[in-house]
Amino acid sequence: MKTPAELKYTKNDEWVRVEGDLVVMGITDYAQDQLSDIVFVEIVAQEGDSLDQGETCAVIESVKAAADVYLPVGGEITAINETLIDAPELINEDPFGKAWLIKIKMSDPSQLEGLMDADTYEKLERDH
Amino acid sequence: MYTPHTQADRDAMLKVIGVDQLEDLFQCLPDEGKFPSLELPDGITEMEALDELQFISTVNETPQELVSFLGAGAYYHYIPAAVDSILRRSEFYTAYTPYQPEIAQGTLQAIFEYQSLIAALTGMDVANASHYDGATSVAEAVNMAYHNFRGKRRKIVLSPAVNPQYRETIHTYMKGMDLEIVGEDLDPEVSPDDLIDLIDENTALVLVQYPDFFGRIFDLTKLSEAAHAQNALFSVHVNPIALGLIKPPSEYDADIVTGEGQPLGIPMSFGGPYLGLFATKKQYVRKMAGRLAGETVDTHGNRGYVLTLNTREQHIRREQATSNICTNQGLIALASTVYLSLLGKSGLQELAKLNYHKAHYAAEKISTVPGFMVNPVQPFFNEFVVHCPAPAEEINEHLLSHDILGGYDLGQVYPSLKYELLVAVTEMNTRSEIDYLVEALEEEYHD
Repeated sequence: MKTPAELKYTKNDEWVRVEGDLVVMGITDYAQDQLSDIVFVEIVAQEGDSLDQGETCAVIESVKAAADVYLPVGGEITAINETLIDAPELINEDPFGKAWLIKIKMSDPSQLEGLMDADTYEKLERDH
Repeated sequence: MYTPHTQADRDAMLKVIGVDQLEDLFQCLPDEGKFPSLELPDGITEMEALDELQFISTVNETPQELVSFLGAGAYYHYIPAAVDSILRRSEFYTAYTPYQPEIAQGTLQAIFEYQSLIAALTGMDVANASHYDGATSVAEAVNMAYHNFRGKRRKIVLSPAVNPQYRETIHTYMKGMDLEIVGEDLDPEVSPDDLIDLIDENTALVLVQYPDFFGRIFDLTKLSEAAHAQNALFSVHVNPIALGLIKPPSEYDADIVTGEGQPLGIPMSFGGPYLGLFATKKQYVRKMAGRLAGETVDTHGNRGYVLTLNTREQHIRREQATSNICTNQGLIALASTVYLSLLGKSGLQELAKLNYHKAHYAAEKISTVPGFMVNPVQPFFNEFVVHCPAPAEEINEHLLSHDILGGYDLGQVYPSLKYELLVAVTEMNTRSEIDYLVEALEEEYHD
């Protein structure tokens, strides 16, 4: 299971990469592995929306389950990855790269401090 | 009487859970509701029961015995004998939910053919495997629109000219969903364009019937444009036979098309089982309730059929599903598939024309009876409103005394329309029947 050290993580298995004043987010390798084959992605957030931290921004559906994806930090949505609509399997193949979901212009960069580093995320206790 | 548990079984189970007697489990129920006396009559023999049921059935009066002009959502059409004989084959008749494609290819193919026919008929990209009836299809359209906007748009613009029973079903489905349903309190005889002012940025769905409950056909272009201008969905409920003649809703850019499938080879049978048609654009397929059969190839490259969407909706999406209705009306959908296959494209067109012409002949003749009026400019298909010189209820009583099942008394649901009779004419009504109706009305006027 990959957990790149330069990223930040949420307990809901989203990752965040800081790029200047933007953050890019997606779901983790662990999350895609748990979901197994992903067959459908709906990005609910739209470019230009201002959303709070924790709001549902996407729904990912696999052959096993449907999962909501929550916005790891609040802010304005500046881009969504439309290639995933036609190629949801990219999330299985490259969760930290090609399968980024959303770019956000943070409204409160201090929210980043509440996220986990790779080490903490790896050691996170799972209920299941 | 079959009881699955013996007294010994019950005693053993009670002992395990530490309860002395079964009645102790019902302590929380109020006494007056417990063990009510049912006061059933004594048992009778099979011969006696058959006798009684046969007697009851003779009290029924059916369109075979009466001359019928009653429609209002259920229509008397001819059903070719092949429909029933295919339907009653045990391979179809006893088949249950086709979860296992390896043993259910026939059922799955029938569903696939059904979906293909309904998609072609409505002009839409995709049709589901059906719902229970027209009313549930309409309610699922509202459900889908609500979930499409993730509950953020809370207004439904509903035409008062949608079948009142469907509207009632929508209200039942939407109880507790904090939806605002507007439009029903408008004058029932308004045109679809009068709904435009009600559409705003909070509107999830605009829903009309076509031909509407009063049989009228309107151009839906402006209404559809107004709905889409606010990014709302536009849903059209159809009579499938009418689509043999009139523009399909896809040409009005409808997002959802629903329909009552009963006219497609299904007997009226006192209200059911019927068939709910549901079709939509490809982009909404994931939001669609129910199930979808798809065509695929197996590992040897042979054509095969599988259920492709049902598991997602119900079992995987769970509380996020658009709807928890996942079943379909399999056997009745098959009836409509056989019916449509027997008619073919040109057969359906001919049938629709026949309905149209007979209804227009009837409307013209009825208009000649003093006191009775049919709107001379309003386009309609096989059903139209007759303004009567007396309450429609009285007209119907008079007609019944002549063995004519008159039309639908609109005053039953629209208090302002007590003098309006909704008359349906299908291919089953011969010219002499129509002339007989006109004679009976003339007599009424002279009375």
